[in-house]
Amino acid sequence: MTIEAVIEQKLLSAFSPLHLDVINESHQHNVAPGSESHFKVIIVSNDFEGERLIKRHRAINSALSEELSQHIHALALHTYTEKEWHDYYEANTPLSPKCLGGSKKRA
Amino acid sequence: MDTIERIKQQIAENNILLYMKGSPKLPSCGFSSQASQALMACGEKFAYVDILQNPDIRAELPKYADWPTFPQLWVEGELIGGCDIIMEMYQQGELQPLVKEAAVKNTTEE
Repeated sequence: MTIEAVIEQKLLSAFSPLHLDVINESHQHNVAPGSESHFKVIIVSNDFEGERLIKRHRAINSALSEELSQHIHALALHTYTEKEWHDYYEANTPLSPKCLGGSKKRA
Repeated sequence: MDTIERIKQQIAENNILLYMKGSPKLPSCGFSSQASQALMACGEKFAYVDILQNPDIRAELPKYADWPTFPQLWVEGELIGGCDIIMEMYQQGELQPLVKEAAVKNTTEE
């Protein structure tokens, strides 16, 4: 199974999301073609109701701790409740920034 | 001093502290770049640690913070979050007052 599919499966079972996008953005970064290192997740779940962003992100990090420690280099998270999603974000999901070279950047 | 002690000291001594890849002027990662720009736009002085120059901190901080990635923004000894949280708070107008308040406390302490 691809890392992308594993992320999707784990998040589906942990948060019963109303909407979930797992996007492999590795091609935008300084890694080999076909890598699964940089991901963006857009997730809408009512489990996030009343939770601050840091708590939402921690919950996701913990659901994906194995992947984070072994495979994932960057994980952009955009977490919304159903209400937040409909009120604003559906049309305005932020784009992740371009890579600037990381530790492999040449001087 | 061991690495965890150094991290604790940095967090205790700097009210507004960004752990990032590169520097605010020369960031080495798009996420660190966005985060430092949002923080600079708040108009207060802040400290930063370039984790690419400090591999021991890069290795140890994620465990200490229970946060797997960089950048990490720490304000008044508390982890606020990474790039996405910083950007979202900035866009919602929540980052500016948080940073301003921490900066005021910094001045009074000095």
